Amino acid sequence: MTTRTSPQDAIAAQLAAVGYIPDRALSTALWLMGSLQRPLLLEGEAGVGKTEVARALSLAHETRLIRLQCYEGLDQSAALYEWNYQRQLLAIKAREGDDANAVEEQIFSEKYLLERPLLAAIRQPVAPVLLIDEVDRADEEFEAFLLELLSDFQVSIPELGTIKATTIPRVILTSNGTRELSDALRRRCLFHYVDFPEIDREARIICSRLPGIDTALALEIATMVNHIRKEELRKSPGVAETLDWAATIAGLNIRHLRDEPEAVFDTLMCLIKTAEDTSRMTREVTDRLIGKVA
Amino acid sequence: MLVAMAPDVHMALGYAARTRLSGFVRLLRDNAFAIGLAETRDALQIMAQGHAARPSLLGAALKTLFCSRHSDWAKFDELFDAYWLQRGMKSATRIQGAPQKPPAGIQALANGQRGDGREENPDRVERGEGSDDSETGQSKREGASRTELLSQTDFRHLIQGEDIAAAHALAERLSKSMRARLTRRMRARRTGQRIDLRRTIHKSIAHGGIPLDLVRRKRKDKPLKLVMLLDASGSMSLYSSVFLRFMYGVLENFREAEAFVFHTRLIHISPALRERNAQRAMERMSILAQGTGGGTRIGDSLATFNRWHAKRCITSRTCVMIVSDGYDTGPAEELGQQMQALRRRCKRIAWLNPMIGWQDYAPEAAGMKAALPHVDLFAPAHNLQSLEALEPYLARI
Repeated sequence: MTTRTSPQDAIAAQLAAVGYIPDRALSTALWLMGSLQRPLLLEGEAGVGKTEVARALSLAHETRLIRLQCYEGLDQSAALYEWNYQRQLLAIKAREGDDANAVEEQIFSEKYLLERPLLAAIRQPVAPVLLIDEVDRADEEFEAFLLELLSDFQVSIPELGTIKATTIPRVILTSNGTRELSDALRRRCLFHYVDFPEIDREARIICSRLPGIDTALALEIATMVNHIRKEELRKSPGVAETLDWAATIAGLNIRHLRDEPEAVFDTLMCLIKTAEDTSRMTREVTDRLIGKVA
Repeated sequence: MLVAMAPDVHMALGYAARTRLSGFVRLLRDNAFAIGLAETRDALQIMAQGHAARPSLLGAALKTLFCSRHSDWAKFDELFDAYWLQRGMKSATRIQGAPQKPPAGIQALANGQRGDGREENPDRVERGEGSDDSETGQSKREGASRTELLSQTDFRHLIQGEDIAAAHALAERLSKSMRARLTRRMRARRTGQRIDLRRTIHKSIAHGGIPLDLVRRKRKDKPLKLVMLLDASGSMSLYSSVFLRFMYGVLENFREAEAFVFHTRLIHISPALRERNAQRAMERMSILAQGTGGGTRIGDSLATFNRWHAKRCITSRTCVMIVSDGYDTGPAEELGQQMQALRRRCKRIAWLNPMIGWQDYAPEAAGMKAALPHVDLFAPAHNLQSLEALEPYLARI
C-alpha cells in the first residue's frame, strides 16, 4: 500500500479483488470497524447483499467466516455452547461408583463441550469474521445476551468458568427490520444502511461476477433492473436475482435487450418472484421498460 | 494503521476541534440521535488519526459511527453539511420541523375538536333522524340508562380530564386482560412437556447418572401485539380525540404496540406518542395533526400501511384494530383488496365503528360493505362501555 492510498480505498480494493464492489460509505464503515473494533450493523431491504459483505470480508482477510443465523426462540444452547449429553451419560456410567465430585469435574470439562458459533468465534487463533444474520428475528432476551458478549468478548459457562476471547472477531450483524432493535445494541454498533446499488455499480458487480459478459450488456441489464425496482412491486429484485438474470441473458447469447424483447419477457422469472408481481409485469410493461433502457 | 490509540491521544487534538465536535454531538442529540460518551471518544480518535482530514471522509466516518437507524442515516448528511460546512439549512438547529403555530399538540386534538364539525366535512353523511338529538347523544340508543353516566356517555360528549383518564385506565386494563401468547422460547420449569437435558444430567451426577430429578422446560408466554389504525377524518372528529388517548394508554401498557392515524394519508404516530420530552412531543404532534378533520381515504391509507409498515409491525401474533366509521371517499374495491391483503398477514382484524351505537345503523356505506367480509370482529365503539365489552374478545384470541 502506498502512503497516498487512504485506508478506505485499500479496503475497497481488497474487496473488489474478491468480487465485492463496495461504495465509499461501506468501505469507510469497514475500515472503522477494524480500527475501532466495533461490530457493524447492516440494515437494508432483502437482497441488497448484506450477507455478501461478510463473505467478501472474510475472503479479503483470508480468515474464517462463522455464521449464526438467528430465528425466534434461538437460545444460548444453539448459539453459544452445549454439553455433549451422550458422552456425558456414557462417562457417568463408565465411572459408576467413583467419587461424585471427580465425575462432575470430568464430565463438565472442555472435552465434553460442544462449540456453537458464538463460542467458536472468540476462540479462533486468527480473528474470524462473525456474521450474525437477521438479528431482528431473535428475541429481546437473546439481544441482551448478545450485547454482553459484544462488549466484553468473554463468556461465562457456569460449570467451567469464564472463557476470554483469544482474538476479537470482526462482527457483522444484519437486520431486515422485522422488529425494532434495542437502542443499546444499536449504539454499540457502527451503522450502515445498504441500499440497492446504483446503476453503474451494479453493472460493475455483474462484470466482476460474470467475467465473460459484454460491458454494454451489463449496463443495459443493470439499467433494466433499476427500472423494474421503481415499479410498485411487492418484492423488488435483489442483486443475486440480477446476477441470475444476467447469466441467463448472457447464456442465451443476447447482445442487446431491445433486440429480443420476447426472450427478456420470458426470462423475467429470474427477477420476479411472486404471482402478484408476475401479473403486474405484463408484456406491455416490460416493453415500455426495455424502451427506456435503449 | 489499525493500532488502537492511547486513551489520552485525543488531547493531541486542538481545543477548538474538540469543542466543534462536542457542538456537533449536541446538535445530533437534539435531533434524537442516540450518542453516548463512547461514541464521542471514538469520534475524537477518528479525528486524531488524521485519516479523515477531508470533510467528505470525516463525514462518512462520523456517519457510520453516529447513526444507528435508517431515519438517522437519512438526515445525517444535511446536519453534517449545515454544521461543518455551513450550507444547506439557514441555521443548524432541529430539522424535524418547528411548529408554524403555537404548539397545539395532543391537547388540541383532545380539546379543540369538540365543535360540531359538520360544515367543513364533505364526507359526513347526513343522518335522517334529526341532528337536534345530538345534544344528548345517548338518547338515541335504546335501553341507555343515565346511572352509569360516564361509561355510557357517547364519546361525542366525553371531553373532560377525568373521562380521558378513565379511557387511559381502560386501555391499561385491556392490555392486562389480553391472554399472553405462547412462543417457542423455553424456560426451565418443574412442570412442562419437554425435559431440560442439561439441568437433568447435572442433577443426576449425584445419583450415579440415573436421572431421578427431571427438570422440565416450558414454553414462555409472550403477549399479543396490537396495531391500531385510527380514522381521524372529519366524520370521526368527535371520537378521534378519545381514541387518541386510548392509543396513548395502549402504547404505554403494551410491550409491543403500534399506532397509526389516517385521514387522506397514513401517519405513524407511535414515535410521537412515545416521546418523553414533552416539548418535542408537542411539536411532533402538532405537525402530525395537520390534515386531520378532512376527508378520508381508507383504501389508500391501508395500502400505504400494507406496503411500508406491515412487514415490520405485523407478525402472526398481531391483532389489528381499525377504528373508523367506514365512510371512504376512495373506491370501495380498493378498500376490499387492501383488507384482504391485511387479513392474510395478521391474526385478527377488529373493526370498531362508533356509528354502530347509533340507532338504526346498518353498515351500508360502500367502503364498510367491502371491508366487512375480511373483519373478524365488527363492534361498536362509541362509549367506554363498548370498549370494555371488547375485553373478553381480546382475551380469547
